[in-house]
Amino acid sequence: MEGAADHFATLVALTLAAGTPLVFAALGELMTEKSGVLNLGVEGMMLVGAVVSFIVAATTRQPWLGALAGAAAGAAMAAIFAALTLSLMANQVATGLALSLFGVGLSAFIGQAYVSVMIAGVKPLSIPGLSNLPVIGKLLFAHSPFVYLSLLLCALVHAFLYRTRAGLVVRAVGESAGSAYALGYPVVAIRYFAVMFGGACAGLGGAYMAVAYTPLWTENMTAGRGWIALALVVFATWKPERVLAGAYLFGGVTLVQFQAQAMGIAVPSQILSMLPYLATIVVLTIISRDAATIRLNAPASLGKPFHPDT
Amino acid sequence: MRLRLELRPAPSRIMAWASPLLAGMATLVAGFILFSALGKDPLQALHVFFVKPIETRYGLGELLLKASPLMLCAVGLAAGYRANVWNIGAEGQLTLGAIAAGGLALAFPGADSAWILLPMIFAGAAGGMAWAAIPAWLRTRFNANEILTSLMLVYVATLLLSWLVQGPWRDPDGFNFPQSKMFADAALLPILLPGTRLNAGFLIALAAIAVAWLFFARSLVGFQMRVAGLAPAAANYAGISAKRNIWLGMLIGGAAAGISGVGEAAGPIGQLLPSMSPGYGFAAIIVAFVGRLHPLGILLASLLMSLLYLGGESAQINLALPSAVTGLFQGTLLFFLLAADVLINFRIGVIGRKAANAAVATALGAHV
Amino acid sequence: MSQWKKWALSVALTASAVAWLSPVAAAEPLKVGFVYVSPIGDAGWTFQHDSGRKEMERALAGKVTTKFVENVPEGADAERVIRELAQSGNKIIFTTSFGYMNPTLKVAKQFPNTDFEHATGYKTDKNVGIYNARFYEGRYLAGIVAGRMTKSNIGGYVAAFPIPEVVMGINAFTRGMRSVNPKAEVKVIWVNAWFDPGREREAAETLVSQGADVLTHHTDSTAVVQAAEAKSVYAVAYHSDMSKYGPHAHLTAVTHQWGAYYTKAVQDVLNGTWKPGNLWGGIKEGMIKMGPFNPVVPRETQELVNKTAADIGAGKFHPFTGPLKDNDGKERLAAGKVMTDDVLSKMDYYVEGVQGKLPK
Repeated sequence: MEGAADHFATLVALTLAAGTPLVFAALGELMTEKSGVLNLGVEGMMLVGAVVSFIVAATTRQPWLGALAGAAAGAAMAAIFAALTLSLMANQVATGLALSLFGVGLSAFIGQAYVSVMIAGVKPLSIPGLSNLPVIGKLLFAHSPFVYLSLLLCALVHAFLYRTRAGLVVRAVGESAGSAYALGYPVVAIRYFAVMFGGACAGLGGAYMAVAYTPLWTENMTAGRGWIALALVVFATWKPERVLAGAYLFGGVTLVQFQAQAMGIAVPSQILSMLPYLATIVVLTIISRDAATIRLNAPASLGKPFHPDT
Repeated sequence: MRLRLELRPAPSRIMAWASPLLAGMATLVAGFILFSALGKDPLQALHVFFVKPIETRYGLGELLLKASPLMLCAVGLAAGYRANVWNIGAEGQLTLGAIAAGGLALAFPGADSAWILLPMIFAGAAGGMAWAAIPAWLRTRFNANEILTSLMLVYVATLLLSWLVQGPWRDPDGFNFPQSKMFADAALLPILLPGTRLNAGFLIALAAIAVAWLFFARSLVGFQMRVAGLAPAAANYAGISAKRNIWLGMLIGGAAAGISGVGEAAGPIGQLLPSMSPGYGFAAIIVAFVGRLHPLGILLASLLMSLLYLGGESAQINLALPSAVTGLFQGTLLFFLLAADVLINFRIGVIGRKAANAAVATALGAHV
Repeated sequence: MSQWKKWALSVALTASAVAWLSPVAAAEPLKVGFVYVSPIGDAGWTFQHDSGRKEMERALAGKVTTKFVENVPEGADAERVIRELAQSGNKIIFTTSFGYMNPTLKVAKQFPNTDFEHATGYKTDKNVGIYNARFYEGRYLAGIVAGRMTKSNIGGYVAAFPIPEVVMGINAFTRGMRSVNPKAEVKVIWVNAWFDPGREREAAETLVSQGADVLTHHTDSTAVVQAAEAKSVYAVAYHSDMSKYGPHAHLTAVTHQWGAYYTKAVQDVLNGTWKPGNLWGGIKEGMIKMGPFNPVVPRETQELVNKTAADIGAGKFHPFTGPLKDNDGKERLAAGKVMTDDVLSKMDYYVEGVQGKLPK
């Protein structure tokens, strides 16, 4: 039995690990939505990323190659969505749903032969000397490389959106595609980038689950995390750093329940599980009611199709 | 020479009807290729998928049985979509409808008269409407995006149902399994076709189609909702209340979804289980689109979607294909449809031609 | 008649006489159907049923053909699948999950000439039998191993839903542990899903963080064993041997063996002697078997397990023999008394040694 500080460190480590798939998926969707596109297909992209990463990892015995392939697969799925919604002007909601449905089916289909296959997954970091330090070791130096990657990604996304010119353009496109177009920016191309980035991140989130977290492949293994990621973006009011907080909160709710159970405290698990969703609704309501606040937060063009002729 | 999409002067009516057919054919072709790639005889596989499930009376009954909740939900959702009210939470509203009706049925375990069904249906509609009222209120009062709020409520609804069947409503004689008591026979929808499971829910769904057609085509309110969806500024100027349309759009969808929930609970399931629907609420969104938001189209689309469910199962049983093949087909169908839909508002032009379409930018309002 | 024709006629007559008189050489093979609630995969509840199916197929080679449908969700759609199997001529159908109970009964009424066997249920009919296994017997043995191998005296149990079958397992495991290690305690986490590797993993890691160093599970994936391996603690697998998922962690497994039962049931149908039964079989009937031991398990412990298993099989020992107290201290079974099946199947409390309260 560990001491209190050590126990706390373990909890933090577990929470970070549990929240990481959400961080990846939500950051990607955040970028997508910042450019004004709503992609409901996150669950499908995560699953396809998971299955492809697993298959590649199993075939090449290189889990990192698998992760890369997973990201690429996610981007490919997103490209389908982009082609339909950005080039062919299809309705974003319907297309996103179709993508989710398709992704669930496709991943289950191609993953059939790989259920219960064993791979050597990506192991958590193990730096001699540092990782074994009491408390600090667990807190800082013993996470899965994906966890660190996700934190880095958050910083990069933030820096990109708020410190670079390109990021500003992406945000401008999200606020008013027509104005950006009038200013000469290639709106469609920018949105393609944002959507495919979102797909790659979702794929990475799925890949993390398949080649590091569990690591195994089974149908529907993300179990709704893609949908949670969608909620997360709203909960975070489209700010990358809040995505982190939200992801660990959402991921942590389950862990809190488990910890309480293991300590012998009975908690009504379903009610507790509802809280993140209810919280999201509350947050959304709060930020939306003031027209100025929503303008500052939610991309104004979210969900609206854009065509150069209009 | 390069291809590009040019806005049509007016949406093509021919394409509006042709695109689902095109998409259907493209899906068949994709299926043909897929089955061949899997080493199955493609023609036989297509037969197993699309024909075998409905060869028997029972199969036909199942087709209509599965189409009923899809039809009902979709037509309710379509009312909202036409008005640009994006209710994505039909699955949650269906669940609440099942809970409400189920609660009533469980409160009267000794019911022996079919009269209990009417209150159950009303309860279901009320439950669905109540659940849809939340996003409606949040949108009209606080401007909160109804896509996201209604989606979040799907999760809450599922967890609520789970809590009920594992807790207060659990069958005391059910060995602690998460399920409610079975409903009294009187609280089940009567069977329409003997030898099948087709129940009166199908009639309700058909009635909804008829009502929807009247509403959309003939009622002032329906017309106003459509205008509000196509050109919100114009509607506002004409005095059509946007708030009212949002409420109507959400509540109609909620009521329809709630009744379809009753159809499941008082139909093939006969009790409350942690999962009352294999995603009908989401599939209905697809049906609404494939059906072009038109009641007749929705009727046909729901039959097609239902066939896809049955076909996937049949393929699983008879061809040893994985159950995932259903989702694959459904997603593919929708993709092709969305792609084909493009041709309604745009045509493929060769670069170099002038696109004299600037004046018809308003036609973009016809984007569905 | 020409010579040739005479010859042909006699050959034809002889041949038909032979055919007529000789017994039917090969009757049409019996069609047997199986309905599975999850994918077969490589381990788990359905994998074991499918292994049983294959065993039966081998044992009755040539006399049966089998068909299975996997991943059939419990609920409205199950009825259609079961019916389809009955409709297409399967003469005996095994439905391998509790949630298929009502659909099975409904279809059975429509197909009175087809036999149905429902696993883990409690309703029978003229042509519906039920069968189940005494998983708790294996759990007790698993507990013995865990009790001997634990250093922290805390066992961790990742469980799906608080139904009697699962609760029995927890209690038997705990009693097994405490029979060799009276200080042992068991912590339970309910994940509310039969299959969710992510959650199972999280639950396993939480248990480890709370001090458990031997894990076991009543869920359907290999995640708990894999988590144990990753965290360098021990695990006892359930349903199937999962040693390849955790070569260092995996001590043994409580495996389900359905092959013998399936063979017997189908043979009965072939003989025309099938009757709806209500079998709750355990070690004695060969339905529960412990998997191979990890070499780190001391020989003495292995021998104790084997002996206890033999005693259970011979009816000399029952894991739920009094004195038995629940974890509130209330006596549930007096000393020397053996718990009856009836009481056992409604178990809704934790025994002494399990921490916490059963969710109501």
